[in-house]
Amino acid sequence: MPTDGVNKGRRRFLIASTSVVGATGVGFAAVPFIQSWMPSAKAKAIGAPVRVNFAALQPGQILKVLWRGQTIGILRRTQESLDLLATMDDKLRDPESVESEQPSFAQNEARAARPEYLVVNMICTHLGCVPQVVPEVGPQPWEENWNGGFYCPCHKSKFDMAGRVYKGVPAPSNLRIPPYHFIDDQTLLIGVNPEGVA
Amino acid sequence: MAKPAAGALSRKAGEFMNWLDERLPVTTFWNNHLAEYYAPKNFNVWYYMGSLALLALVIQIVTGIFLTMHYKPSAELAFASVEYIMRDVNWGWLMRYMHSTGASFFFIFVYLHMFRALLYGSHRKPRELLWIFGMLIYLALMAEAFMGYVLPWGQMSYWGAQVIINLFGAIPGIGEPLTEWIRGDYFLSDATLNRFFALHVIAIPLGLLLLVVLHLAALHQTGSNNPDGIEIKKLKDDKGIPLDGIPFHPYYTVKDIFGVAMFLLVFAFVIFFWPEVGGLFLEADNFIPADPLVTPTHIKPVWYFTPYYAILKAVPDKLMGVLLMGTSVVILFFAPWLDRSPVKSIRYRSMQYKIMLGLFTIAFVRLGMLGMAEGTPAQTWEMRIWTFVYFAFFVLLFFLSPRERTKPVPERVTH
Repeated sequence: MPTDGVNKGRRRFLIASTSVVGATGVGFAAVPFIQSWMPSAKAKAIGAPVRVNFAALQPGQILKVLWRGQTIGILRRTQESLDLLATMDDKLRDPESVESEQPSFAQNEARAARPEYLVVNMICTHLGCVPQVVPEVGPQPWEENWNGGFYCPCHKSKFDMAGRVYKGVPAPSNLRIPPYHFIDDQTLLIGVNPEGVA
Repeated sequence: MAKPAAGALSRKAGEFMNWLDERLPVTTFWNNHLAEYYAPKNFNVWYYMGSLALLALVIQIVTGIFLTMHYKPSAELAFASVEYIMRDVNWGWLMRYMHSTGASFFFIFVYLHMFRALLYGSHRKPRELLWIFGMLIYLALMAEAFMGYVLPWGQMSYWGAQVIINLFGAIPGIGEPLTEWIRGDYFLSDATLNRFFALHVIAIPLGLLLLVVLHLAALHQTGSNNPDGIEIKKLKDDKGIPLDGIPFHPYYTVKDIFGVAMFLLVFAFVIFFWPEVGGLFLEADNFIPADPLVTPTHIKPVWYFTPYYAILKAVPDKLMGVLLMGTSVVILFFAPWLDRSPVKSIRYRSMQYKIMLGLFTIAFVRLGMLGMAEGTPAQTWEMRIWTFVYFAFFVLLFFLSPRERTKPVPERVTH
């Protein structure tokens, strides 16, 4: 590049300003491409609330439905397993559900609006597998004194019958409780909290 | 030039080459990279792996192009379209098994190729950049293989992808939105499969090809290392040719063709008689269509990811597990600077280093085996021990290698 009689300051300024303008343009042009990866309008529309009739559910049984593509379990608990929840605190990482995700009405021992029915997002809080429901009380390969609960086959995370996570397993928090409310004694609406609840 | 006719023909050929060379540097390129590119004369069996990895890449691209012609990248149709390829497309089963078996062989070659570097110090100065390009190829290959495994949309595709994408969810603050951005939906869905297809067939292969060109350019700048770990360019004859160098063509082209023949023999055997390799190359659960409601009882990645997966499983904390797994890959980038020994090749290194490298190798293989296992508490403890050994290798290497008691290095290559 010839340098005789060149205003070097001016050349540097032109190079720098052209680079800045060009980089800004590339930055703005990248936005649509990056945002095209976000959930589309169609995907958002499909995430509507789901109505579930649970009249036929017997104690100890679980009903699984899909809400936003995630498995939501409706578990009808027996009185025996509800009584055992109070004895679990020593084994649990977050027995009071302080660091876990749930609507305020479910931040209690049973993690439910009606203790008999646990409505729980069954996506494991570790890496997203769906844990197995093992309601039977008694020794299991993964736990000597199993009081019933959820066991994730992927990375051995354990949760009690209220979806509360055990200590010493990879899952960091309790299973999530989705927003929901009871429309009547046999119908649930998953995806919407009762009025006045955050 | 015995007969005039032959002479005329070769004169014509010469004229054509001149015409070509004035317009494209064909002869220059041929000489610089093959006929007058001098490689050390003492290459052994480890030096087959680079050319075989390149062949594996070619096989993957060719079979991949043909699979794309029949595959349907949609959650509704993907599984059935793979079965269609396997049952109805003429020779579709062959293309598919070549592609799935080729992926595993690609990793076999890459792992052996990387281990060769650790054996002979091929990653050490002045070949650090060559190693870094190689590591980037390895990373791109991992992304490529992962996304490829998702495409058949079987149970293992689905749940493997679920686990891997959720690894990003461990990042504090941005984790959840980031996983949503990667999936393009609130769950692993058609949107995810479709973009993984795009990345698998075009974006990552383009990047891979560019990296391979850079890897080879960096190799030809420094020249190959060799089993003695000495620089052949230091001693040259009066024409400037390294005394211990031989032209890559025809010497190593012929050697590599022999390697290719041996590989194709094994490759064909696996494709025809043992394509799943007992669940190692293709897992049984992936012959079941993806079902978001049911997680298979035993999720594991394909064999080439299991050492890192074992490190993830060994840690009873989500964020720490992900960080440690990431570190176990990233630390390899720094290998050229962590090893500070005065010599490169294992032939002239201390017993101490040989034991350390041996333990590191056992740790990597054992972690790979444990990563596939069910995961009893005893196995979890074993994973922790080998994870410790894996990292201890690099830490000890950094502190012990400068004072290593090495053997004298010869001037010329030996064997």
